Amino acid sequence: MSSKVTLGVSVAVLATMAAAAIFAPVLAPFPPNEMVHAAFDAPGVGGTLGADGLGRDMLSRILYATRYTFVATLIATTLACMLGVTLAIIAGLSKGWVDIVIGRAIDILMSIPQIIFALIILAIAGVSLTTLILTMAVLQSSTYYRVTRPIAGDLAAMEYVEVGRLRGERLHWYLFKEILPNMVPSLLAQFGLGLSSAALFISSLSFLGIGIQPPAADLGGLVRENALALSTGRLTPLIPAFCIALFCLSVNGIVDWLVGRYSDKPEVK
Amino acid sequence: MSGNRILSIDNLRVEARSSVLLDDVSIHVDRGEVLGIIGESGAGKSTLALSSIMLFKAGCVPTAGSIELCGQSLMEMGTAELETIRRTKASYVAQSAAAAFNPFYRLEDQVTEIPAMAQKLTSAQRRRMAVELFEELQLPDPENFGRRYPHQVSGGQLQRAMIAMALINQPDLIIFDEPTTALDVTTQIEVLRLIKKVARTHNCGALYISHDLAVVSQMADRIVVMRNGKMVEQGTTRQLVDKPQTEYAQRLVANQGDGTYASSNGNDTTLLDVSNVDVGYGGVAAVKDASIRFGSGAVLALVGESGSGKTTLARSIAGLQPARTGQIRMRDSLLAPVVEGRSFDQRRLIQYIHQLPDLALNPRQTIRDIIGRPLTYFHGLRGGAADQRLRELMESIELPAAYLDRYPASLSGGQKQRVCIARSLAAKPDILICDEITSALDPLVEESIVKLLTRLIEDEGLSILFITHNLGLALRFSHMTAVMQAGRIVEQGETRSVFETPQSDYTRSLIRAVPQLREGWLDGFSSNAA
Repeated sequence: MSSKVTLGVSVAVLATMAAAAIFAPVLAPFPPNEMVHAAFDAPGVGGTLGADGLGRDMLSRILYATRYTFVATLIATTLACMLGVTLAIIAGLSKGWVDIVIGRAIDILMSIPQIIFALIILAIAGVSLTTLILTMAVLQSSTYYRVTRPIAGDLAAMEYVEVGRLRGERLHWYLFKEILPNMVPSLLAQFGLGLSSAALFISSLSFLGIGIQPPAADLGGLVRENALALSTGRLTPLIPAFCIALFCLSVNGIVDWLVGRYSDKPEVK
Repeated sequence: MSGNRILSIDNLRVEARSSVLLDDVSIHVDRGEVLGIIGESGAGKSTLALSSIMLFKAGCVPTAGSIELCGQSLMEMGTAELETIRRTKASYVAQSAAAAFNPFYRLEDQVTEIPAMAQKLTSAQRRRMAVELFEELQLPDPENFGRRYPHQVSGGQLQRAMIAMALINQPDLIIFDEPTTALDVTTQIEVLRLIKKVARTHNCGALYISHDLAVVSQMADRIVVMRNGKMVEQGTTRQLVDKPQTEYAQRLVANQGDGTYASSNGNDTTLLDVSNVDVGYGGVAAVKDASIRFGSGAVLALVGESGSGKTTLARSIAGLQPARTGQIRMRDSLLAPVVEGRSFDQRRLIQYIHQLPDLALNPRQTIRDIIGRPLTYFHGLRGGAADQRLRELMESIELPAAYLDRYPASLSGGQKQRVCIARSLAAKPDILICDEITSALDPLVEESIVKLLTRLIEDEGLSILFITHNLGLALRFSHMTAVMQAGRIVEQGETRSVFETPQSDYTRSLIRAVPQLREGWLDGFSSNAA
């Protein structure tokens, strides 16, 4: 498939999902948390996509769940990216002990399995949307740090950075004017991967029961709630799972195109 | 034609997708002859030389003409045939030997790779072949030289090892692609003399590519001048040097300089006074007890070979590499060793220009952003006032104001260096530190940059610390010269007296090693001179 087609499909899918998330209250045929059908109603019988084990309307629940997944993923990933990249640039510019301290702290963070770490933090801090997002941001910032630290080191050795040092520029100048713009291609790729993995991460947390708390549910939570239905021969849990997959694929479709475009641009001769 | 003809290229035209790289070029090389190819970067020198073995860069194809090597026409040959020709008839000596050797293999294994491909050889046989050549190329301890790895020998030795590699298959044609450009002048002499000897004794033909007319004039019997893919002029070396026909060739010859010194207009007030400075990296002392001083409106050239500590000294003056001991004074104020300890005005008054503009310009910023930043930072200029000043600066570096909205990638090397100069000027400095700023540029571009700087000294009242390994340039451009060797200043004084009555042996050997156009200059070196 050509990159243009991939891009078109990805944008269309993501736009549809975003619209679904934004207009969930308007689009949803029923309130998401009320039992309006009989339990495990088949699609078409009770609501377009059937009902869950408590008789709640699946379509309405998926629309609202998309909302949670979208908001949590976007905010957590953006925060993680900002945190990781800022630390990487500070480490790359200052070197010495600052670099060592930050580097080892990130190593510690990475050496503990993320899901276990999240379980501990959420158990201590209590589960809420805010703690959930912050926890994810901190945990995922380590990958951004790992990806951008070597690039920051290379860029910090560039002579235009030295020219800035001779002038007496401050940190925010290097961050936003000298180094960050040159990182964008690799950062974009990582951001795309990060969005997908954040969506999967929050879904796994919800699947374990420490993510978004019932009766609200994100897409991962919906898979968990309906996992039982699989044993009765229903495909209901596969619909939210399919939504997660669609989200990740289309995010990557867009990012691939952006990376290609951005890396070509200034090399025009 | 005669049986002596090794290479003849006739009416060759090479095209890439949208441009013509070579247009109607004809050259020939006879046995025992060296043909020099000269021109600026992008002129098609390498394309022409490599076309003699039918090697073209990806996307480039010969569309007309003929190429004959040792009586065989290469244009109609298949890949297998061509590979045999390349392996047996021709050799290539690249500019950077350091990049051409694989760091993981011993030198003798790499030097004897070609014959070992053709027939099975024991390692003893391979060593014998290599040692023979190492001896001929006067490498130290030839018996054991080949046991070393590329990083264990000096740049000049590595270049000689590469020549050994080129000779091992007893080629009919050797292509020398700027083989001494990366070497210091004194090392260059040795390599040049060897190349010349080898070309004679091995009775093969050679193509010698260089942008340095003086070097080519010493090496070649005939010279082809290339420009923009076209042959500008062709003739014997003497014809070309003594009576260049075309305007371009005349400029190239004139650019070699007639040895006129820059007129001294510096006054006596000391602007910068560096006294007894020691600079080091870890346990290594790169600069030892160095003292230099110069007045306003003056150009002080800091010359010396690579590794002599020129750049380190300059960086300590700029505050990038702190001096361990000694003092750096600007007018009456003492400068802190690191730039972070210096005042706003002190930082403004000393500006540093790097050697490679590609690394000194942020590829994601427009020229407007790049030059505009010091205007805002140092002088608080924004909006219309900044725009006005930007246009003035572009005018003073002789670039159109429309370039302001371009990115560095769309500028040539010389234009990029001009932008770096403009960025420094934007701060309104007293002192410009120029670190080999023309060494990556073609001779005529270099000349135009130096002219620009000369004008700026008068217009802006600048003083310049001009670091260079090019003595000819120091002679033409500077009022004062300091010579560095192994971290020490071995000689310092007015440029005229340093060049005419050098006091130290080192300075004398440096001056003598600068290539000249004069016939027989290279042959005048006795084997122990360099």
